[in-house]
Amino acid sequence: MDSIKTITGKVVALPLENVDTDQIIPAKYLSTTTKDGLGEGLFSTWRYNADGTPNPDFVLNRTESSGATVLVAGRNFGSGSSREHAPWALQAYGFRAVISPSFADIFKSNALKIGLLPVIVDAESYYQLVSLCEEEPQTQVTIDLASQTVTLPGGQQVGFPLDGFSKHCLINGVDQLGFIMQQDADITAFEATNPVALNTQH
Amino acid sequence: MTTPKTLFEKVWDAHQVCPETPDTPAVLYIDLHLIHEVTSPQAFTEIRERGLKVRRPDRTMATMDHSTPTTPRNAQGIIPVTDPQAIAQLNQLRTNCAEFGIPLFELGSDKQGIVHVIGPEQGLTQPGMTIVCGDSHTSTHGAFGALAFGIGTSEVGHVLASQCLLQRKAQTCAVRVDGRLGPGVTAKDIILALIAKYGVGGGTGYVFEFMGEAIRALSMEERMTICNMSIEGGARAGMIAPDETTFEYVAGRPFAPQGAAFESALARWRSLPSDEGATFDHEMRLAADELVPMITYGTNPGMGIPITGTIPTLDEMGDASARVALEKALAYMNLEPGKPLLGHAIDVVFIGSCTNGRISDLRQAAGLLKGRTVAEGVRVMVVPGSQQVRQQAESEGLDVIFKAAGAEWREAGCSACLAMNSDVVPPGKYAVSTSNRNFVGRQGPGSRSLLASPLTAIAAAVTGVVTDPRTLI
Ligand code: SF4
Repeated sequence: MDSIKTITGKVVALPLENVDTDQIIPAKYLSTTTKDGLGEGLFSTWRYNADGTPNPDFVLNRTESSGATVLVAGRNFGSGSSREHAPWALQAYGFRAVISPSFADIFKSNALKIGLLPVIVDAESYYQLVSLCEEEPQTQVTIDLASQTVTLPGGQQVGFPLDGFSKHCLINGVDQLGFIMQQDADITAFEATNPVALNTQH
Repeated sequence: MTTPKTLFEKVWDAHQVCPETPDTPAVLYIDLHLIHEVTSPQAFTEIRERGLKVRRPDRTMATMDHSTPTTPRNAQGIIPVTDPQAIAQLNQLRTNCAEFGIPLFELGSDKQGIVHVIGPEQGLTQPGMTIVCGDSHTSTHGAFGALAFGIGTSEVGHVLASQCLLQRKAQTCAVRVDGRLGPGVTAKDIILALIAKYGVGGGTGYVFEFMGEAIRALSMEERMTICNMSIEGGARAGMIAPDETTFEYVAGRPFAPQGAAFESALARWRSLPSDEGATFDHEMRLAADELVPMITYGTNPGMGIPITGTIPTLDEMGDASARVALEKALAYMNLEPGKPLLGHAIDVVFIGSCTNGRISDLRQAAGLLKGRTVAEGVRVMVVPGSQQVRQQAESEGLDVIFKAAGAEWREAGCSACLAMNSDVVPPGKYAVSTSNRNFVGRQGPGSRSLLASPLTAIAAAVTGVVTDPRTLI
């Protein structure tokens, strides 16, 4: 994974709560064996009309939203299914971070694994960001990992929580599968002392 | 004296390969890894590209369920797959399992079915285990006192290669359900009522432990229904302490320990329940005797009401964003605030899924349907959760009851729960579904799902409108 230190980008707001992973990427896009093409399916129910043409009313389809890389969304973003296709689709579309008052657990964990940054802000800052986007569609923010802050256009800074290990992995581009493989000796020792009465091969 | 521990803490502690530190998460050992065709292909690609192998194929089990059709078999006894993408995905799973030595319950074979139905059914799911799957409803297996949760595809790769996951310890939430359920009120109604009360984000960051008189009184299959939908309450996992009901269910199943091994496992399992005086980070409560059958009216599983109740009004919403959410949901559902759901016409009934597709669900449904017929214009799909469930139901003649009443009796799979195959609810149509998600478009583009118990689903099937099942019992 590439190292991520700061993300500066245009913000787009989707001020809905409980946006579930079926909305982020509907099931019909899941019958794939690769990660290709998922960006097209992102928010497809909202983005496209029934005949497949773009729905001009949906926020991502507005001209002023083009090039946005930071999504601001309502609380409990990414609830529902564990499909990693949801963060893959957001990333493929061009998003690098999602800012929300809260995230569903599995979505957050999936996003961190692939370097799509889930940024948790307090409700007040969330509403502030939503109004900023409405007033000035070209609003940009800078997210800094080291200091765990989001800097708004006026220079105001909002802190966000991030567990130390994820932060370390993101900043240093640490590959978590590689990290886990380095624990091989401990895993072998654990297996030797903890036999489980299960064998799926019988 | 040692500190009293919760069930979750006991299972967690017993599986730490490396304990967590302020800088690093715990390395948690996984006893059982279940895989299916949809969330595994990219994980296999990843480990293949890195030249890694599957560390413990003997702790891994694969099935086919999400994208498989549930249409009747052809003359050769084969379930025909016609969708080219589904064919490619199923073939990919076959190739991956063969290459890495993972056993696979092949489509249509005796043991195939929804991943969360087959684990318990085959005795793979056992108390005290850590169980993961690239599927959020892995929480189902928590009914056995296992720590079971859904993971993403990157993590599927981690478990394939190392049999471990990097995890931060979750907080615990005791969910007490006191009292006894009344007639016609089921496990599904308990969990729908809990989520309606505490919201779809209420459990975020927690592992639920369900306890109390009402939970103890439930069968294993009913407990699975409850733990299954813990994820709909936002929880990482749901657990229920194992007891005699659990041990009796596990004993003698194909992959369960046998003989002396079972006896020694039993001794271990008996030590799992939370200790007297163990503390939880949070608590939720529900009174079972006050519950009535539940039904959802909106586009998330927390938008539920007692079937005798009315859809909330905008004024009843806590804040502006909840009002927006309700308005949007009701616009999609074409329902009005403040109105009852009773008597509302429906078009489709879906009985199945990992929430309510087990034999006891089908028995309950058939019991209410027997001697009645499906209302005109209503399509009823009955989809057993597994081939074993299907065979058992047929040996009891349940299929005959369903078919005689005018319902469709189908092959096993996820089916209309996520509509990845041709089992879809048409746009704008109302479906009473025993599954777990009523999200926008979940059961097909434009579908309108009302989540409920199998009894409530059958009551709607025979009357053609939303009906309180207690009036038919
Ligand atoms: S039945 Fe539905 S919820 Fe359960 S595993 Fe299948 S798709 Fe997921």
